[in-house]
Amino acid sequence: MAPLKREEALIEEFGYDDHFHDHHHGDKYQSNFVSHYIFSMDHKMIAKQFLITGMFWAIIGAVMSLIFRMQLGFPEESLAWLKPLLGKWITVNSEGIGTLQQDFYYALVTMHGTILVFFVLTAGLSGTFSNLLIPLMIGARDMASPLLNMLSYWFFFVSGTIMFASLFLSTGPFAGGWVAYPPLSALPQAMDGSGAGMTLWTISLVLLVVSLLLGGINYITTVLNLRTKGMSMWRLPLPIWAFFVTAILGLLSFPVLTSAFFLLMLDRGIGTSFYLSDIYIGGAALDHVGGSPILYQHLFWFLGHPEVYIIILPAFGIVSEVLSVNSRKPIFGYQAMVFSILAIAFLAFIVWAHHMFMSGINPFIANFFVIFTLIIAVPSAVKVFNWIATLYGGNIRFNPASLFAIGFVSMFISGGLTGIWLGNSALDIQLHDTYFVVAHFHIVMGVAAFFGMYSGIYHWFPKMYGRFMNDTLGKVHFWGTMIGAYCVFWPMHYLGMAGVPRRYYSFDSFQTFGHFDGMNKFITIAAIITFGFQLLFVINYFWSIWRGRKMTTKNPYNANTLEWTTPIEVGHGNWPGKLPTVQRWAYDYSKDGIDHISQVQPIMEGESVDH
Amino acid sequence: MSAIETTLNHRIDTPSRRSKLHPLKFAMYVGLGSLVMMFIALTSAYIVRRASGNWLEFSIPTIFYVNTLVIVVSSLTLHAAYGAFKREAERAYRALLSVTFLLGLAFLILQYMGWQELAAQGIPLKINPAGDFVYAISWLHALHVVGGVAALLVSVAFAYGIKLRRTPARQLRLELTLIYWHFVDALWIYLILFLSLQR
Repeated sequence: MAPLKREEALIEEFGYDDHFHDHHHGDKYQSNFVSHYIFSMDHKMIAKQFLITGMFWAIIGAVMSLIFRMQLGFPEESLAWLKPLLGKWITVNSEGIGTLQQDFYYALVTMHGTILVFFVLTAGLSGTFSNLLIPLMIGARDMASPLLNMLSYWFFFVSGTIMFASLFLSTGPFAGGWVAYPPLSALPQAMDGSGAGMTLWTISLVLLVVSLLLGGINYITTVLNLRTKGMSMWRLPLPIWAFFVTAILGLLSFPVLTSAFFLLMLDRGIGTSFYLSDIYIGGAALDHVGGSPILYQHLFWFLGHPEVYIIILPAFGIVSEVLSVNSRKPIFGYQAMVFSILAIAFLAFIVWAHHMFMSGINPFIANFFVIFTLIIAVPSAVKVFNWIATLYGGNIRFNPASLFAIGFVSMFISGGLTGIWLGNSALDIQLHDTYFVVAHFHIVMGVAAFFGMYSGIYHWFPKMYGRFMNDTLGKVHFWGTMIGAYCVFWPMHYLGMAGVPRRYYSFDSFQTFGHFDGMNKFITIAAIITFGFQLLFVINYFWSIWRGRKMTTKNPYNANTLEWTTPIEVGHGNWPGKLPTVQRWAYDYSKDGIDHISQVQPIMEGESVDH
Repeated sequence: MSAIETTLNHRIDTPSRRSKLHPLKFAMYVGLGSLVMMFIALTSAYIVRRASGNWLEFSIPTIFYVNTLVIVVSSLTLHAAYGAFKREAERAYRALLSVTFLLGLAFLILQYMGWQELAAQGIPLKINPAGDFVYAISWLHALHVVGGVAALLVSVAFAYGIKLRRTPARQLRLELTLIYWHFVDALWIYLILFLSLQR
């Protein structure tokens, strides 16, 4: 058997020369502070911009959840100490007891959902890793259109700025729930937050859709057109498959949301009645006649359901890669992994009405949606078993990245199983709009997607900054988050089964829920502690950018994928000379007794040929 | 060199590309796919809403049909302009491009007149979702035509501003405009057929 050569020698020998001149483009892309750090067109810088903006939003969204958790866990306690932060939204009575204004409670719940779903887990997660990894893993110099890529970030930024500004309105941000159902979202006079708050909310989200579409167009085009020589679709690392399908999902579903918002804006702005009919406000009938609020729900959830897969698919991809690298084994069932992603993506479009079982849709139609919803368990289970089989018998390295990846699998199982409950329209009669739903989606797409994101950040941090994050802090972060997240969300299942409704400000007037006071306190305390562990991560992240252990070799994990053949300090264009040529798939770990075989290594004499 | 040109020149001879299609053209098609979804959503909403009753019956103003002809002709003239570009026939190119631009403007003006005629027929806004859908869908389409007309304006400015030379970068830019303009044309044909058949 021929000896393994170093990757750079292989690229020199077999790589493709596209006459790339580093310094020429270097001048253009990295000449000054503004073009390097701010209006950057380099995919790696844009990835960091998405990530850090996402972190900013994650902290705001999490703090909001802590505030409303304090209201839920300790409704009797004074919140006067929050007055410096929240101002008039805390009313302090004559005895100095401060209470959270009810309207603002709804605004907090709404904004928490909006921010986490759209700004953190959609834009932040997919924006970061699609940008960072697609060109690096497929062997491209950059995205198909660096200009559109830059615009994608800046639309996201402007969208975020508008949403942020809405937090400071005197009438407060939008407060009608993150799904923005009419009539609360369609009538400016419906409640305080439905006025200017909702206007800014809509504008912000339309701009976000523009950002996501620009990004998605780029991801799809890049994956299909700019793969390096030898990188066939069946040799793509799994994260790329995941980002690719995520982008397709977004491209097909977000325009539908835009249509829903377009009609909503007309209802709000010029008084049409697409979604409104027979409404009384303050005792007076409005002249909106003939609309249907259910129509909005259909359009919204046609995006809304694919959206949850837009959130979770990138995490699938990241976890698959991290698990394979860190168990020193090929990913189990590579093709099954790809087909299950495709199956999930397809099914995502024909299950939306399971969010609407209780909205009065025809029960026979509901049956159709029940069946397809339950079928999603099949590809999901395929993925879970494949991850477990990848770990089985592996020589597992326990580092923060792999721990979070394993934690992801745990969360995905726990949350996925309750999905099978909720997919049944009969069970939904009891469970809909209760804490059972809250527990389900927080575990399966909130915490799990965060775990995928953390796993990716710990794993590819050296590629981003040339330094490692602190291992010990990372492990503390993992265990704190893992235990903490279960402590927060597990008890919510019991609340939900007993029928405790979500989004309620207080349960004072419900005798029957009185015995859950202790549990609510426990959840709140667990949430605060878990949040503390996330701060540890933020500190670790920023500390490591400047002070972390330096990367000394190009390929610290002994991984096979192309991003680890680039220099430690990756310049614009990613590879200084020739582009690597791909000779094999990405998962030749522990093959024929060799620990790892890079994708640039040609098939060797005497090598077994199962791939 | 503009950013877009950098991309072009950088990509144009990258043989690692899978297909002969230029990545930016491919990106354009993908983007148009998402616009298709947007209009499918609106027309599906229309069907769903229509099926649930309380739906006003009326006929689409003739002016919308006339306008269909205008935008189809504009597509043809733009295609002819593209032919002239490839032959480097500068005068024909300038003339045909200008005609296309003017037809695009005419389309927008005629759409406006169409909305006025619809209102005059007794279907103003806010009477019934049946009418509101016609307004909403044609407004959103017109908004996309505005984008196309803006692109045509830029092409006209370039056509008169600099001497016609058939460079890959300029050809690609014209082709992107062409694809988009054909798209808004085809989209309108779909919408007018949909709106007149789904009464």
